[in-house]
Amino acid sequence: MAESRSALAGHFQDLEQQREASSLGMWIFLVTEIMFFGGLFLAYTVNRATHPVAFAEASRHLDVALGATNTAVLICSSLTMALAVYASQLGQRKALIGFLITTMALGSVFLIIKGIEYADKFRHHLVPGRAFAFSGPQAKPAELFFSLYFAMTGLHALHMIIGVGVLFLLLVHAWRARYSPEYHTPVEVSGLYWHFVDIVWIFLFPLLYLIDIHR
Amino acid sequence: MSEHIVPKRVYFLVCGVLLVLTFTTYGVARMDLGRWNVVVALAIAFFKAALVALFFMHVRYSPRRTQLVVVAGIFWLGIMMLLTLSDYLTRGWVDPRA
Amino acid sequence: MNAPAPVARISHPNYLNVSYGVRSWLLTTDHKRIGLLYLVSITLFFFLGGAFAVLIRLNLLTPQGDLVQAETYNKLFTMHGVIMIFFFLIPSIPAVLGNFLIPLMIGAKDLAFPRLNLASWYIFNLGGIFTLYAVTSGGVDTGWTFYTPYSSLYSNTHVVPTVVGIFITGFSSILTGLNFIVTIHTMRAPGMTWFRLPIFVWSHYATSLIFILGTPVIAITLALVGVERIFHLGIFNPALGGDPLLFQHLFWFYSHPAVYIMVLPAMGVTTELIATFARKNLFGYSFVAAASLGMAVIGFLVWGHHMFVAGQSVYAAMIFSILSYLVAIPSAVKVFNWMATLYRGSVSWDTPMLYGLGFIGLFVIGGLTGLFLAALGLNVHVHDTYFVIAHFHYIMVGGAVMGYLGGLHYWWPKISGRLYSEPLARFSAIVLFVGFNLTFFPQFILGYLGMPRRYHAYPPEFQVLNVLSTAGASILGIGYLLPMIYLIWSMRYGPVAGANPWPATGLEWQTPSPPPPQNFQTTPEVTWEPYDFAGRKDLKLPSPGLAELRPAAED
Repeated sequence: MAESRSALAGHFQDLEQQREASSLGMWIFLVTEIMFFGGLFLAYTVNRATHPVAFAEASRHLDVALGATNTAVLICSSLTMALAVYASQLGQRKALIGFLITTMALGSVFLIIKGIEYADKFRHHLVPGRAFAFSGPQAKPAELFFSLYFAMTGLHALHMIIGVGVLFLLLVHAWRARYSPEYHTPVEVSGLYWHFVDIVWIFLFPLLYLIDIHR
Repeated sequence: MSEHIVPKRVYFLVCGVLLVLTFTTYGVARMDLGRWNVVVALAIAFFKAALVALFFMHVRYSPRRTQLVVVAGIFWLGIMMLLTLSDYLTRGWVDPRA
Repeated sequence: MNAPAPVARISHPNYLNVSYGVRSWLLTTDHKRIGLLYLVSITLFFFLGGAFAVLIRLNLLTPQGDLVQAETYNKLFTMHGVIMIFFFLIPSIPAVLGNFLIPLMIGAKDLAFPRLNLASWYIFNLGGIFTLYAVTSGGVDTGWTFYTPYSSLYSNTHVVPTVVGIFITGFSSILTGLNFIVTIHTMRAPGMTWFRLPIFVWSHYATSLIFILGTPVIAITLALVGVERIFHLGIFNPALGGDPLLFQHLFWFYSHPAVYIMVLPAMGVTTELIATFARKNLFGYSFVAAASLGMAVIGFLVWGHHMFVAGQSVYAAMIFSILSYLVAIPSAVKVFNWMATLYRGSVSWDTPMLYGLGFIGLFVIGGLTGLFLAALGLNVHVHDTYFVIAHFHYIMVGGAVMGYLGGLHYWWPKISGRLYSEPLARFSAIVLFVGFNLTFFPQFILGYLGMPRRYHAYPPEFQVLNVLSTAGASILGIGYLLPMIYLIWSMRYGPVAGANPWPATGLEWQTPSPPPPQNFQTTPEVTWEPYDFAGRKDLKLPSPGLAELRPAAED
């Protein structure tokens, strides 16, 4: 098919080699992301082990309901992303477009909720730095918690924004009927990226929001 | 085409399980299990991540090489955490008065 | 070998003459051209880093350190380290030779992601610009190790632009590593099985594993330092409950494997040089391949040996010490295999061989002194002294840089289509070897006697050794300048090399010099084993007496 032939880059032997290379490339990129976020998770682990009380106290200032909602939002967005890939595998252009839009919408909902949370932190002087204000003896390690909170959720949000941008590019190409059962690799590998960002949040939620909430 | 097409019902099932597990995580966190709280929370999180990886990311249906890449990545993070923690967790072992 | 011809023109269509003009270079996706673009960039950084080294060595001519003040001296060694490590050594062999050769060696038309390859060169230079800005607007004085809380709080120098520059350049490494791994897995020509790959490829595969798994960690760590500096966080500040040792763990998790990024490719080069110029099958191929992977893996388990006196738990220190001894084993395996390859080979003393032998000798010294440092008790005595500096310069300069130059000379005919002046090149290699040892051997003694590193002044009794070291540095400099001159000269005036001047057994020598843009006229089919000098009847080995030696080589 002319559409698939034009999708083959000159240095590859065939579409199958190209697909294999793209998929392996994305997986390796995701491994770099595991180590990238991993550094922050390590910093979190060490600091929480050193300041367990302060971390629990600081964590109580996070809105568990919003965090849980965001977790559910991202899980559903992973579902719609998987369904988008499914649609692309079967050449269902309209379904693909619909699922891409839904995934983007859910991702945007996540970001909006995150924005609301950040604004709330700002209002309550819980942003680390000069304006930080936390009452009690745990103030300094609590500021550590919030430094890590903003670093980790901020990096995650940045990845979400990039993800939404990538989905938009996919949407444009899907609209122009660029994908087919023979060639839909970009949808597949973008899906991998999206699911990875979901997995990072799956860990962030309990570690940041659910420290000692039974107390 | 060499790829496996996962039936839609598998996706819906996995999504359902993930949502239930999220609710469970919250529920368990409300209970006082002492130091086991974080263990259970992480265990559930790992299980959820595994579901996303195996089914949404198709790792279950992927070639050995892909599975090896995933395991290697997790393993390396494990090395970084384990060896670093080997420092922090054993610092208290040395009696400064000795 | 071809008789030298008067200024001959190379007329067959090749990657150099297929198109002209700045745009054809700056927008190229040809891995060969990108390798040369990197060559230009890193050479510029090498001379900048070298300039700082010159100032350091000049300052150390006198015990009082009369050339610069202490604060300025701190900036000199910092910028020397940052530039040499991040902007010269780490890219050098992979970005120049790896990019150029890997597709040729495996029979592919290009790397898996050619546009990503070009992007990684631009990213490299973008990071370089940030760092150059820091250098030219007052410098950084934290040491290339950026220890906190000095770097994250107290230093008054341009830390943020520097760490931003390194952060950005790190992505260049990551993309290169990603490209190499995917290429080697998915684009080998028919018949090119894993165990027919040249060791150069295995070495770069192992190096790429480190790129992928290590670089992201230093990226996030330096990002945290920058963010801490800007927003006054306290993750690494003890006064705010943070932990400086956390920084060191995160930093060295990458920066130790980084030294294997610097040395593994050089070992890959050395393997090629030894086999070709001993005209003999590599001894223990699968052991050498496995050792490459072994070094990459075990290299990730030893980082705490940089922190023995930093406050780390002694139990963790013991674990890291034992693992550091373990990582020496695969290195030693390689050295034994090179020696066994040389044994009863038909050795010729061409320039690349001189660099290869130089690598082995100097790497052994550098590596063994690493074992001294891995011993806990001895480490307390020599940590932060010139012993450490001599140790790593033996490996980084005596090893990695010699490997880089040896590779550059060895593949120069393939890259340029020309031969350089052999007598001048041999002379230059010897000058470099002498200069290097004169510069750095006295530093082992200085360190053992107690001269600390990163000090702009020292007790007067150390002056003689310091003067010797500086004298050696000037000779070393000549050894670096000469190749630049005669290699560039050869591009126009050197004799035409032909496809396989040495000759050697790899796939890259089966295509014209310089190669055509798509590397091979038709996709090669590989049926021979690597380094099979005895079996490759198609190679015209130079010395007529080789026929008698061949039976011995087949033992």
